[in-house]
Amino acid sequence: MAKKRVVLTFPPELTEKPITYHLVKDFDLAINILRAKITPGEEGKLVLELSNGSEEMIKKGLDFLVQQGVGVEAVSKEISFTDEDCIHCGACTAVCQPGALQINPDTGRLRFEKERCIVCELCVPACPLGIIKVLF
Amino acid sequence: MARTKTYEEINEKIKSGKVTVVTAEEIIPMVKEEGPAAVLEKVDVVTTATFGPMCSSGLFLNFGHSDPPIKMSKVWLNDVPAYAGLAAVDAYLGATELSESQGAVYGGAHVIEELVSGKKVRLRAIAGGTDCYPRREIETMVGLEDLNQVYLFNPRNAYQNYAVAVNSTSRTLYTYMGTLLPKFGNATYSSAGELSPLLNDPYYEVIGIGTRILLGGGEGYVAWEGTQHNPAQKRNENGTPVAAAGTLAVIGDLRGMKRDYLRAAVFHNYGVSLYVGIGIPIPLLNEEIVRRVGVSNEELTATVYDYGVPRRSRPALGVVTYAELRSGKININNRSIPTAPLSSLYKARQIATELKERIINGRFLLTAPVAKLPFRDGVKPLREEVK
Repeated sequence: MAKKRVVLTFPPELTEKPITYHLVKDFDLAINILRAKITPGEEGKLVLELSNGSEEMIKKGLDFLVQQGVGVEAVSKEISFTDEDCIHCGACTAVCQPGALQINPDTGRLRFEKERCIVCELCVPACPLGIIKVLF
Repeated sequence: MARTKTYEEINEKIKSGKVTVVTAEEIIPMVKEEGPAAVLEKVDVVTTATFGPMCSSGLFLNFGHSDPPIKMSKVWLNDVPAYAGLAAVDAYLGATELSESQGAVYGGAHVIEELVSGKKVRLRAIAGGTDCYPRREIETMVGLEDLNQVYLFNPRNAYQNYAVAVNSTSRTLYTYMGTLLPKFGNATYSSAGELSPLLNDPYYEVIGIGTRILLGGGEGYVAWEGTQHNPAQKRNENGTPVAAAGTLAVIGDLRGMKRDYLRAAVFHNYGVSLYVGIGIPIPLLNEEIVRRVGVSNEELTATVYDYGVPRRSRPALGVVTYAELRSGKININNRSIPTAPLSSLYKARQIATELKERIINGRFLLTAPVAKLPFRDGVKPLREEVK
């Protein structure tokens, strides 16, 4: 099953229109909102994970968004750290709501599951050693 | 009569390669299954350890005399001020002191980490000039090999238990307990639990002044009671305190220490601290001591405090066990809160294992305390007097 993460930018005039609704209704996509910042009258940002469809349906859905005037970018950012520098304290796990960063209870080592990361970047300042970076 | 052992007996076993050493984690199932008497027969030493942020840490340095000599009145190392109100070329660099040029991202702890890594740091000093010390300023590079003495003296390390921090407010708090998410979004804790030194010796029977320890990966000693040492803290039936209690002041030569066990840290919007690794051996002298090191995370508790209340006495919201904290979730007032540690269990295990190996290989002998840590009433608040 295809899966894609995108950052959508809504121009101010579109923030009050139901648009993501069509991704579900017309393109049969499952949408998971990872992050959202919507203020009426201002530019809106939405980070979505699209699944439950073929590559083709995802592409059609995204083409539809572009036609509507929504900016579409693939999520290309990811967090990264050098394992040798990590002390496995666990301070970053305190802010990682999706549980992408966890201390393995058996080994005591920090484990990063990239698939669960929504690149919220809260771990970046939470790391006392400052070793977590955002890669573009 | 019940079996007892002496320090001398154990040290003889270390020297002859016949000593049996296990870590404070490994001993627990043994005590539960075989009982204290059988374990006392088999095991001689238990190694405990912790690796956590310890703000009350710092470094004494003696720079040696320049020619012409200077009586340094203000000293900076990589732009971090060090206290120089001592003899001419002595100084003390505190771990939390911030750089005057870089601010909150670089501090005394970073200078300590650079020195222990073998790097040189920039020494700058000024003075008023005297007849015997005419020089008024100096700037040079110094590293471990250039200094006469360079030793950690940490006034408060290895806290016997600590708080669990939560945040009841609606905004994110940045604290020395890490980032606390709003509305009880998370809970952070910092003790090594069943591996922690003073939780394994709750009444300070074998850890005392003069105890040889592993400090930052090198040999060090317990120098004194730590600041805010509070033996009077409320205790569980097994003797362990329910919240922050005893503390240790420790000392050790920075030469011989390793960066692996001394790391500078920045707590966002709070400041700089130093992660310090400490390992302390516990000689199994009698069954009572065996029983105490056999206490597990299920039987060790910590008190949850609301760091959203910025007062000296923060409201206590409940008591949880270290087993619950390690499970990833605690339950407070019918609310499930995700937990996260601040001290490294991984590193603490490494230190306990390293100490175990040193003792087994005959490279680390045990010392009886020269004097015991005091057991008296606790910590006084600072009262503000108006005159």
